[in-house]
Amino acid sequence: MNKHEGKFLPSPDPVTLPYWEACKRRELLLQECSGCGAVQFYPRTICVSCSAVELNWVQASGFGTVVSWTVARLPVSPAYADDVPYVIALIELDEGPVMMAQIIGCEPESVQTGMPVDVCFEDWTDDITMPNFRARTNSGA
Amino acid sequence: MHSLRGSTAIVGAADTAVGKVPDLSATELCVDAALRALADAGIGKDEVDGLVTCQSMAEPHMYHAEMIAEYLQIFPKYCVTASAGGGTTISVIRNAAAAIAAGVCETVLISMADSLRSGLTRDQAMAMQSSTGHRQFEIPYGPTVPAYYALIARAHMDRFGTTPEQLAAVAVSARSYASDRPGAQMTETITINDVLESRMIADPLHLLDCSLVSDGGAAVVLTSAANAGNFRGKPIFLLGMGEGHSHEHISQAKDLSTSAAVQSGQEAFAMAGLMPTDIDAAQIYDCFTPVVLIELEDLGFCKKGEGGTFIESGASALGGELPMNTNGGLLSYCHPGNPGTMFGLTEAVYQLRGESGPRQVPGAETALVHGQGGIMSSHATLILGQEQVL
Repeated sequence: MNKHEGKFLPSPDPVTLPYWEACKRRELLLQECSGCGAVQFYPRTICVSCSAVELNWVQASGFGTVVSWTVARLPVSPAYADDVPYVIALIELDEGPVMMAQIIGCEPESVQTGMPVDVCFEDWTDDITMPNFRARTNSGA
Repeated sequence: MHSLRGSTAIVGAADTAVGKVPDLSATELCVDAALRALADAGIGKDEVDGLVTCQSMAEPHMYHAEMIAEYLQIFPKYCVTASAGGGTTISVIRNAAAAIAAGVCETVLISMADSLRSGLTRDQAMAMQSSTGHRQFEIPYGPTVPAYYALIARAHMDRFGTTPEQLAAVAVSARSYASDRPGAQMTETITINDVLESRMIADPLHLLDCSLVSDGGAAVVLTSAANAGNFRGKPIFLLGMGEGHSHEHISQAKDLSTSAAVQSGQEAFAMAGLMPTDIDAAQIYDCFTPVVLIELEDLGFCKKGEGGTFIESGASALGGELPMNTNGGLLSYCHPGNPGTMFGLTEAVYQLRGESGPRQVPGAETALVHGQGGIMSSHATLILGQEQVL
């Protein structure tokens, strides 16, 4: 059985579909305003800075820093029970926007605020690949 | 602009049984709260021409207030359902006060209740409450409501050196009052160690840093100042109200450790013509312990970053600088979800009428109620006072 069975899967919509399609290609996309150049997340139909409607998709570096974090000891639903304990974090991307994600591949207790992280991808279903983050190694590998 | 200061007063207030109330549904609790508040005001249902309720999670209804009006067989000309809880409660009360001041209606019954403990399974309650997150960009990662607030706690600790012991002190203070509140859901006295040794839910929040899951309801009757003398009890006047809204999803917050309580508090104090030091008793929204520290700071009761030391000093105890959450709050009295702020409001009214028994703040003339909803998103502040403060 798929270990992600029963989780709250995102339902891509026309605005967010390019983001989710890019995740399947292991790319993290942000929106950039063609008018004022502001970079934003999450995807919207308008620029949060100047309300312009012409937005371009740009690929993020995938690098970021932990702004805040917690370890969920109690799963939000039975489908998440096997993941406990899991780290929920707010990541400030090098490009500026903040996004929520899990930090995976490390002991939950080793996570610290300010810790450099980089994006990694996990296929949950044929249609959904989730971006998560892991501790960035010094080599940048 | 016409100020709402002193233009309306609360002339009836009541709580239902709270905690585990399996014999009453969410709808029945709402009706029970309404009838109790009317009885407290000494009026019949036909003297009400406005009704405000809040949406129920256990028994949601698209036209909730209209459904309650039909159940009670009242036919108001002002009928509103608050879609959520927290600050929304005070927002709709401000709207009701504005409606009364504008002559839209005269006497509004505000009744809110839900049955989160008996009307939903634990999994349903968890899923329902965490649905405040972003459907595509937060919820799939599996954050629980405590996890959202743990992100705020961590940010406050990182920035200001707040300790788990200081968070725990908020829960200990609340429980100490709840032990003097008949009918409170949790009455057994606790220590800082009890909080720190309770199960970790979402680091750094322990089980006892988290509010309760409850059944219960509360209601008030709000009328015009001109009409306030025509009821049984002592009217309690609405002196100041304010709101602030900064984001909905926590990942979109511009600042994790400072909230829009700054704006809501400034507006409320300015309308009331009062300062934080003028407040005799405060009911501060306490869904999780760190929220209280941030709200105390942002409302101006202590300096930014010093919420932890303020609580540790004993300021929130009876006889302290700011007796706070004197019914035990959402942490120990009850927390049925959307109606949560109503219990702080009714407790403020009881305090100002001098009816709070062993937890009474002697001579309390002014009280502040603060609600917040979303994830530290939507804030609203209400300042109340006795007639002589007008």
